[in-house]
Amino acid sequence: MSVTATPAATGALELDPQRLQADELKRLLAQMITVRHLDTSAIAWQRQGIIPGYAPMQGQEAAQVGSIAALDMTRDFVFPTYREMGAAYAAGVDMAEYMATHKATWNGGLHDPVKYRFTPIQTVIAGSALHAVGWAHGQRLDALREGREQTDLPASLIYLGDGASSQGDIHEAMNFAGVFKTPTVFFVQNNGWAISVPTEHQVAGGSVAARGAGYGLPSVAVDGNDVEAVVRAARAAVAHARSGAGAVVVEAFTYRRGPHSTSDDPGRYRSLEDERRDAGPDPIERLAERLIAADELTESEVRELWADAAAFEERTREAVAAQGPRPGAEMFEYVYQETTPVLQQQAAQWREESDHA
Amino acid sequence: MPEATMTANTGAVRTGTQELSLNKAINAALADALEENPRALVLGEDVGRLGGVFRITDGLQERFGAERVFDTPLAESGILGMSVGLAMAGYHPIPEVQFDGFTYPAVNQIVTQIARMNFRTRGALPMPITLRMPSFGGIQSPELHSESLEWLFAHVAGLKVVSPSNPHQAYHLLRHAATMPDPVVFMEPKSRYWQKGSVDFDTPGDLTGSVVAREGRHLTLVAWGAMVSRCLQVADMAAEDGVEVEVLDLRWLKPIDAEGLARSVARTRRAVVVHEAPKSAGLGAEVAQLITEHCFGTLKAPVERVTGFDVPFPSGSLENEYLPNADRILFGIQRVLEYRRG
Ligand SMILES: Cc1ncc(C[n+]2csc(CCOP(=O)(O)OP(=O)(O)O)c2C)c(N)n1
Ligand SMILES: [Mg+2]
Repeated sequence: MSVTATPAATGALELDPQRLQADELKRLLAQMITVRHLDTSAIAWQRQGIIPGYAPMQGQEAAQVGSIAALDMTRDFVFPTYREMGAAYAAGVDMAEYMATHKATWNGGLHDPVKYRFTPIQTVIAGSALHAVGWAHGQRLDALREGREQTDLPASLIYLGDGASSQGDIHEAMNFAGVFKTPTVFFVQNNGWAISVPTEHQVAGGSVAARGAGYGLPSVAVDGNDVEAVVRAARAAVAHARSGAGAVVVEAFTYRRGPHSTSDDPGRYRSLEDERRDAGPDPIERLAERLIAADELTESEVRELWADAAAFEERTREAVAAQGPRPGAEMFEYVYQETTPVLQQQAAQWREESDHA
Repeated sequence: MPEATMTANTGAVRTGTQELSLNKAINAALADALEENPRALVLGEDVGRLGGVFRITDGLQERFGAERVFDTPLAESGILGMSVGLAMAGYHPIPEVQFDGFTYPAVNQIVTQIARMNFRTRGALPMPITLRMPSFGGIQSPELHSESLEWLFAHVAGLKVVSPSNPHQAYHLLRHAATMPDPVVFMEPKSRYWQKGSVDFDTPGDLTGSVVAREGRHLTLVAWGAMVSRCLQVADMAAEDGVEVEVLDLRWLKPIDAEGLARSVARTRRAVVVHEAPKSAGLGAEVAQLITEHCFGTLKAPVERVTGFDVPFPSGSLENEYLPNADRILFGIQRVLEYRRG
């Protein structure tokens, strides 16, 4: 099976030359299967009333797991959207804590963003892009302050969708990243859709990666359903960012196989036939078939991976289902680092007038 | 008066007392904040080599280097969004928005990100960001260079909002804000940039809540920012007619010092609140309501509002028609003094 990359018009970034070893691919396959199972289950959880809503990422497993594989989670920092469950899992985030946002326990999730180096989920389209640039600029300043060479910098990775690419903040972020040469990877998951609007109607010119050239950022467009291609593209991007050479745009072409969210009805804007035609090969089947064909994996190992995924889903579901609401006092506690008399007074009144005392 | 002393890059900050214009006081506060906290950064449009269009950041880049005092591309969302990331990386950004009205393109970042990040992350990613903006009207500037944005930011949970009215306060409130772990919107009264006053570097005084700028027995004028000095003039004029006006400089617009308000109005039993922003749903309504809550029993008249009108801030040649002037404030005072229960 070939590793595909479509070079952008100018400033094309070459894939990392290192092919992935079979055991690495098997580890990625395991992650992809785990998140596929968790993702489809989360839709069921919603139907069962365990969580009020969810934004599935089915079809984007290779793009998410593959991009995280290129990072060093001890020093890099990830800025997700609301559809990055697979990335969160691959980055090591506690999944019950992550799912807390979908459980409506706490907006953004309960996971500690500093511990996991993974910011809360972002509901504002493109809202985090500039944060990733600012954080990355901070890494440059740290190196300067500490007298370190700017050749081995921690990098930020910002996820964005094809729809997000229309936002002004993406322009500002790419331009700032270009001007300040921040170690930032803009990782675009072009999944064909922004809710009901197809990419053709969203991305003038057809490619977000191609825009990198306008900001002086090298870019690479890659088959987002081919996990090895994604890893190699992301590794090349991260290496470029670390080296002090500045930011990179990676556009992973993939497909949102599921609805936009559990309250969406894709039948209103695309047919099952469209989906079959446009989705392309399933990234998980594709990888499993490749490994089996190369005698690196057996059918029974695949069955084991799915069984492990089911066990993980069960543990996660139990933890999510057991998650009660946070104490109401936390509403008041986290508004500021240093609370105000007004807020204290409102909290006191709330305590007095409700049963929560 | 002892000369102010300062040593560069040693963490030493100003001491003594100095006569300074408000813009220079802010410049001094920025320099001392940068001196004191090596993780403080100044960023914005033209803040580097030029020293800002109002020269507030004059000399800072030269002194602290282009890494700590830097020009950004011309994009307000970018400036504020980048500040979020810098704060996440452990810095204390002090961004400047060049003019009040150009904060609007950054409102998304301020309201949906800066104000909520501490909450969203349960305190894990605080936002120590001190957002400076030249504010209010009074200098005949072009459209959208004369806005009073407290009506917007004082409503946003997670922000703190402050506006100094004189050089001493400007210096100390900014120094204070630049050490706070929460986001502070710092509204500078641009029409008072050139107004001089004595800054006592060693004696900040209480930097929380409001201050009584002038004591009086008959009525409290509540104001902030540029309107404080106007109210002080009005108090002089009223004194000629035997009316003793107390001027309460609110300073903090979020959180509002309800106790300070109540303490003053409980004594004077009458209040007029003055601001430049349009009247409807302006901060004057909040002030009036707080006074009602705390002083209803003792009030001798409903609280009056003397404010801008519900029109877009007009062109410079009309701004004196729009802004509360001494006459309008005096009429407001008169209405309150002459009020009789019907
Ligand atoms: C600023 C903003 N506008 C609108 C929305 C509503 N919204 C949520 S997701 C979405 C589509 C985003 O599409 P894309 O960026 O391609 O990401 P995807 O959903 O495909 O992962 C919209 C319009 C929002 N969350 N934020
Ligand atoms: Mg999309």
